[in-house]
Amino acid sequence: MSNSPLLEAQALVKNFGGLTAVANVSVHFDQNELIGLIGPNGAGKTTLFNLLTGETPVSSGTISFYTDHGVQPLNGKQPAQIAKIGISRTFQNIRLFKELSVLDNVRIAMTNHYHEGFLTSILRLPKYYQTEAAMTKAAQELLAIFDLTAVADLPAKSLPYGIQRRLEIVRALATKPKLLFLDEPAAGMNPEETADLTRLIRKIQREFHITIVLIEHDMSLVMNVVERLYVLEHGALLATGTPQEIQKNPAVIKAYLGGE
Amino acid sequence: MKANLKSNLAWLGVMVLGFVVIDACEFAGLINTFIENMLVTIGINVILAVGLNLIIGFAGQFSLGHAGFMAIGAYATGIMTQTMATPAGFYLSMVVGMVIAVIAAVIVGIPTLRLRGDYLAIATMGAAEIIRILINNLKITNGAAGLFNIPALASWVTVYVLMCLTTIVTVNFIHSRGGRAVMAVREDEIAAGAMGINTTRWKLAAFIFGAATAAIGGSLHAAYIQTIAPGDFNIMASIAILIIVVLGGVGSVTGTFVAALVLGALDTILQNFGTVRMIIYSLALILIMIFKPAGLLGSWEFSFKRLFNRKVKGVAEHE
Repeated sequence: MSNSPLLEAQALVKNFGGLTAVANVSVHFDQNELIGLIGPNGAGKTTLFNLLTGETPVSSGTISFYTDHGVQPLNGKQPAQIAKIGISRTFQNIRLFKELSVLDNVRIAMTNHYHEGFLTSILRLPKYYQTEAAMTKAAQELLAIFDLTAVADLPAKSLPYGIQRRLEIVRALATKPKLLFLDEPAAGMNPEETADLTRLIRKIQREFHITIVLIEHDMSLVMNVVERLYVLEHGALLATGTPQEIQKNPAVIKAYLGGE
Repeated sequence: MKANLKSNLAWLGVMVLGFVVIDACEFAGLINTFIENMLVTIGINVILAVGLNLIIGFAGQFSLGHAGFMAIGAYATGIMTQTMATPAGFYLSMVVGMVIAVIAAVIVGIPTLRLRGDYLAIATMGAAEIIRILINNLKITNGAAGLFNIPALASWVTVYVLMCLTTIVTVNFIHSRGGRAVMAVREDEIAAGAMGINTTRWKLAAFIFGAATAAIGGSLHAAYIQTIAPGDFNIMASIAILIIVVLGGVGSVTGTFVAALVLGALDTILQNFGTVRMIIYSLALILIMIFKPAGLLGSWEFSFKRLFNRKVKGVAEHE
């Protein structure tokens, strides 16, 4: 199972005017894999995420996603369509629905998994109450798994920073993704919070059986949890391999530490 | 489910009580034409402002074209009831007005809802002006002179009932799967898209919804006031509705009701002051904005469910 492919990107290029943010990058993520994406600041990591999630259109290259119904091309699709196909993400600078409650943040991510007609909602037909109850129950179950039940009714903006990061991951999971992108989940966290996050990421992979790709600068987290790494520098792929291989790779050491 | 039933019954009680109180006052002769006019204006303003609050407060799209959609409803009623001066004709004209307003909202919304903030405000304002100028130059609408002697097919009762109905429908929408999707777009469009929410579609849904309720308000206006002219639906009319929304609290339906009542009453009381009226009115607005920048109620909503829950908790603590 672990070797069947989930996403394959071939020769991705993204130009912003004269600047090439991503240059000819090919990556592939397999089912149930935990992958790290590292590189110095400005290497194009977040741009690559944005290309894969449809946030930014690609300049050239192809992205294919393997679903139960065959291979789907992701090129030219809107973020919402890509999310429906099974890719979800968190953001480098947290993007929660701040004024809304924790429960609503999660329920919003479930919008596509429940259907009710316009008349059903405005006339409050019995189906409305059923849908509401089912959505609330599913959201509460998810919140319970991640110890967020106590804060379910609070507005998202009132949560401490670490919890906001966790909620963003839970919200992403609520879309029932097959592939989850985490953009610097440990940014701004203290060592204790990072240790919690490490456990959390392992737990998600174990219990939800999904592929996780994370961008991270915290090497203790990366080297601890990921199975395979991609290293980007100046928009190009510098190296790929297991954490042990990458740590010994002379090109990577040079990129990070500089010098001859 | 029991809590839902209780709160629904409580709201029904409030609506019936409001009706009975006004009806009793009317019966006792406490309400003259002047006061009734004020109450009906407040009712129509509530309908218009609740719809605009859905667009601005809940979907976060700054629209300045509400009077344009109101004009469509008003003229549909004004024109149709001249040949069909029956209640059935009036309601048919209201539906026709809503349908035309929805079509106009789709045509206006699809290109303009890509814009944000000030740009969207200017684009919607322009769309409303186009509607007004069309009405100003068409034969069927009697041009700049407008329509008069429109059959009086709406009483305060019609306005009251329709005010309750549009509010119920709007609030029900806000508290549904769709309403949450709309609020997600307001909170963070990029995150909403990444969570699988088709942002264009839900923005358009809120915009269409608001336009349809504005058409209802317009129909009632035409059938109650009995005289309409293109000048009634200019940019100032849009801003008057916007003031109610902002003053009550962007994102609070309760606030819209409070603001429509306060402003309606203020406007009526100040009629006695002649030309000083507009100065006092503006001063009142400035003062409220200085001391309550988020509007009278902010985004606070009155909820019977919460009230009952608190009571239950209070009783439990006592025991």
